[in-house]
Amino acid sequence: MLELIWLLPTFPLLGFLALVLTGGTLPKQIAGPIGAGSIGLSFAVAALIAMEFVGSGEDYFVYEAWTWMSVGNFSPGVTFYLDGLSTVMMLVITGVGFLIHLYATGYMADDPSFARFFSYMNLFVAAMLMLVLGDNLVLLYLGWEGVGLCSYLLIGFWYTNPANGYAARKAFVVTRVGDTSMAIGLFLLFAQLGTLNIQDLMHAAEGEWEIGSGYAVAAALLLLGGAVGKSAQLPLQTWLPDAMAGPTPISALIHAATMVTAGVYLIARTHILFELAPSVQLLVAWIGLATLLISGFTAMTQSDIKRVLAYSTVSQIGYMFLGLGVGAWSASVFHLMTHAFFKALLFLASGTVILSLHHEQNIFKMGALRKALPVSFASFLIGSLALTAFPFTSGYFSKDEILLGALAVEGVGTWLWLGGVIGAFFTGIYTFRLFFIVFFGESNVEHHVDREVGGWHMNGPLIILMILALVGGFIHVPVEAVFSHGEAHDEHHVSGLIHGIMIAVPLIGIGISYLFFMSKTFSVEKLMSSGLAQSLHKFWLGGWGFDTLYNALIVAPFLFLARINRKDLVDSFYALIVTLSQAANGMIVKTQTGSLRWYALTLVGGLVIIVTLGVLL
Amino acid sequence: MILVTLIAILFVGGLVAWFSERISPTMPRLVALIAVTLDLLLMFSLLGAGDAGGWVATFEADWIPRFGISFYFAADGLSVLLLMLTAFLGIIAIGAAWGEITERSGFFYFNLLWTLAGVLGVFTALDLFLFFFFWEVMLIPMYLIIAIWGHENKHYAAMKFFIFTQVTGMLMLISILVLAYFHYVQKGSLSFNYHDLLNVSTAGSMGMWVMLGFFLSFATKLPSVPFHSWLPDAHSQAPTAGSVILAGILLKTGAYGLIRFTVPLFPEASMAFAPYAMALAAISILYCAKVAFAQTDIKRLIAYTSVSHMGFVTLGIYAWNEQALQGAIMTMLAHGLSAAALFMLAGGLQHRIHTRDMSEMGGFWPKVPRMTAVAIFFSVAALGMPGLGNFIGEFLALIGAFQANITMTVLAAFGLILASVYSLWVLQKVFQGEYRNADFDDSHLTDLSRREMIYFALMMVGLIWMGMYPQSFLNMSEPALTQLLTSTQGVAVAVLQGAL
Repeated sequence: MLELIWLLPTFPLLGFLALVLTGGTLPKQIAGPIGAGSIGLSFAVAALIAMEFVGSGEDYFVYEAWTWMSVGNFSPGVTFYLDGLSTVMMLVITGVGFLIHLYATGYMADDPSFARFFSYMNLFVAAMLMLVLGDNLVLLYLGWEGVGLCSYLLIGFWYTNPANGYAARKAFVVTRVGDTSMAIGLFLLFAQLGTLNIQDLMHAAEGEWEIGSGYAVAAALLLLGGAVGKSAQLPLQTWLPDAMAGPTPISALIHAATMVTAGVYLIARTHILFELAPSVQLLVAWIGLATLLISGFTAMTQSDIKRVLAYSTVSQIGYMFLGLGVGAWSASVFHLMTHAFFKALLFLASGTVILSLHHEQNIFKMGALRKALPVSFASFLIGSLALTAFPFTSGYFSKDEILLGALAVEGVGTWLWLGGVIGAFFTGIYTFRLFFIVFFGESNVEHHVDREVGGWHMNGPLIILMILALVGGFIHVPVEAVFSHGEAHDEHHVSGLIHGIMIAVPLIGIGISYLFFMSKTFSVEKLMSSGLAQSLHKFWLGGWGFDTLYNALIVAPFLFLARINRKDLVDSFYALIVTLSQAANGMIVKTQTGSLRWYALTLVGGLVIIVTLGVLL
Repeated sequence: MILVTLIAILFVGGLVAWFSERISPTMPRLVALIAVTLDLLLMFSLLGAGDAGGWVATFEADWIPRFGISFYFAADGLSVLLLMLTAFLGIIAIGAAWGEITERSGFFYFNLLWTLAGVLGVFTALDLFLFFFFWEVMLIPMYLIIAIWGHENKHYAAMKFFIFTQVTGMLMLISILVLAYFHYVQKGSLSFNYHDLLNVSTAGSMGMWVMLGFFLSFATKLPSVPFHSWLPDAHSQAPTAGSVILAGILLKTGAYGLIRFTVPLFPEASMAFAPYAMALAAISILYCAKVAFAQTDIKRLIAYTSVSHMGFVTLGIYAWNEQALQGAIMTMLAHGLSAAALFMLAGGLQHRIHTRDMSEMGGFWPKVPRMTAVAIFFSVAALGMPGLGNFIGEFLALIGAFQANITMTVLAAFGLILASVYSLWVLQKVFQGEYRNADFDDSHLTDLSRREMIYFALMMVGLIWMGMYPQSFLNMSEPALTQLLTSTQGVAVAVLQGAL
């Protein structure tokens, strides 16, 4: 069974080919089953493989399809590597992926480019599976770039609006900045250690590099560059909120459940390298903390339902980075999984809301929707509870583990923990702000809501995700063997007070949200009346000025240079030669007067000069 | 003998094509297609070159024995790869010209076939005098193709192309003569034979100057900054078939020259010059990517991207290790296909709407969905998407170059970012956004025909093959590269030890 692992990316790839080679003309009755069915088949195979693999008790399984290229000692294969980590990833990708595909057959039913949509989606899943199954960094990079391409294509799916095209390009180019850093990291690793096979590489690094050695630090930093790009962490987080321009199932699949967690996967996969570079590993924690706080603030100010969720995604991945940075590897992977459940749920539910409201995304034009949209209401309730780590929901267990991991770090651990707890407080506020504004209060809906958009292929996935978001915390993540020597902190004794704080803080956040947006005990208007609050609001709303900063520092100078040198400076040098020789020609032509006297004069004059020179020298 | 036959078929085919126009104006293209297809089929007999590891199909006959000049042809795996690329793109170019060239078609296909013949000669001649002869043979018909069948500013562009190539060609001729003279001084006889000249010692400052003569000529053809400015003009003015040949094949002769002649003949000078060549490569990559982004003429834009991509070839060559060289060769092959396809798309657009100005285009996607899909494919290939050939080339070139020169490699890697900036910008300008046709007559804006789709499909298959199973190509060139690397090994070691 295990050697059937090659089928996993093959099914979606075949789906992609079937949809693309027919020129996107297949009717949705055929395109839908192909698009969603291919992922369903992949999931079935993945589930069987996972059962056999976990049952076998082996640490890993390798399947080589073929040697990709072999040049000297550089010979990456198209080889799949299955261990606990990739098992979790492939189940999340195919499982949650299948639910989202199924949902999308309903969501996209009226779109004329239905088949094109599913072709991109299938290609995405194939690439994502390559990313997590590749046994070497080059194959991982293939998946890495592949998902980036699909992300680009899907963000710009509705291409007639130039804003969508801009968002798509921004996403691709910003992540490519990170990808390039990662590629340089690959060059460095290969030049120093002579292989890019991940397991060999880790062993070689352990053997050859001291802890804190310059090479380890440089390589870890370069890979981290790739990770922050893909996972939308500081300082490359700016693309993700704009990426919400794509259809909502995309936001659920790519920009919440799978692709944006690729950076987390990369760091977890190469965690030995990061352990060899403790300073970089700690940097990962600080980046995660800074990102989760900044995006938490930003989420409180957004008015677009999808942008709130986008910032919360950035923030939750920040928690995963925090976990990675403090060496709580399996906790991060655990949070990656539970986050995939509840964030996919929230995004899909927001899709139902948006579609039911005739493509309205502004939360201030919603309100009191709990009766009209019962399924969305239930989904949002459960998703929001899991997101805020309400006790015994899935998000509670995973976030708890990460924060305890942070606390266990000596020295700065308390601060990291405190930051994470503050972040959880804001998570409670912004999540339920959205929840109360959309589903309670007065109705500000402009168009009449006829009915909740649904049907079994939309509601079925929502129901399954609701269950997973609720009880997903009880799923055991089989990654002990992967991180066997990595996780030093065993069960520290943690006082009941700490636990109490971690349970209470998000609840206080929810409570404050209730007082502001539900009971209106406090007034947002009053809070906003001061000048300071307004400028803060503006600053947060704009994502802390990062876009402005990058525009001023990078985009504008580049455009300026491009504009002033459109004609290519180098060419003007050659144009100068042409001009000079034409001018010289013009001057010499003038001497050709046809007058015999002039010729005789110059002849004699030249002779005199030469003779004089001869005499003088 | 087969190499001579290959070249002869094209020379004769060219003449036949020219005269067949008297029978029917559609006859020449058929003749040309048959000649090039025949060549491609014959080339399959050379595929053993990869396994044999040495020179195959050697042909030698006296030409001017007094000066040591002979008709000496031979091919190794590297040559065979490039020969097949030439024949393949030759067919594609004929396809591009099929409906576009209607005037004086006989003479057009004559020039096309003679250019290709010149290229085949360049890739197989192992006598430097003969090499120079073919170098000139491919230049003049190409000049005519631009000057006669080009667009609004064709005479300027053709003349510029001619002067750039001719001036630097003269420098190469001088270098060839000096090299033969070196042989006379050291060995007592004149020789233009490649293998003889490999044994000539070219260390010292004189060797550097002679090497620069070769380098200038090849770097102009490649082209590398600052000798690139003929290319945007030539490309924007040439007919589509001309652009396909120019970008797909002619540029590769420059790279081939560097690999085959410049470095092996002048190992010491080349090693000393390598950091500067790699710097030029990095500058080419970044500078031309930036200039490309600023262009509004779609053909000029693609021309600048060509210069940028060829920078990876230079980078790989001057890193001179196995990965880097294989990367350079894969980039040559993959860029041959992707650039040819992009120029065909641009040419197809120009043919349909009579403008190359992207600021007049936009939102073509719903009108030409197949063309859009093809454009996305090749743009994505050009920006280095793994799974397609260009990635293999650029990645190998960079991973090899990193071992030779970290600074230049890191700089060059930033080209990956810029490539995504300009590639996606083209897609946005032409195909995405709202459709508008205020400025041009769009009655002929039709989707790709079945015939066009076949050409593009062939090139797509080629790029996917190169991207997913590059081993077929790498195995062909490997023995040739091993040979080159061993022949220069002593020098590389000496340079590393600071002995020079």
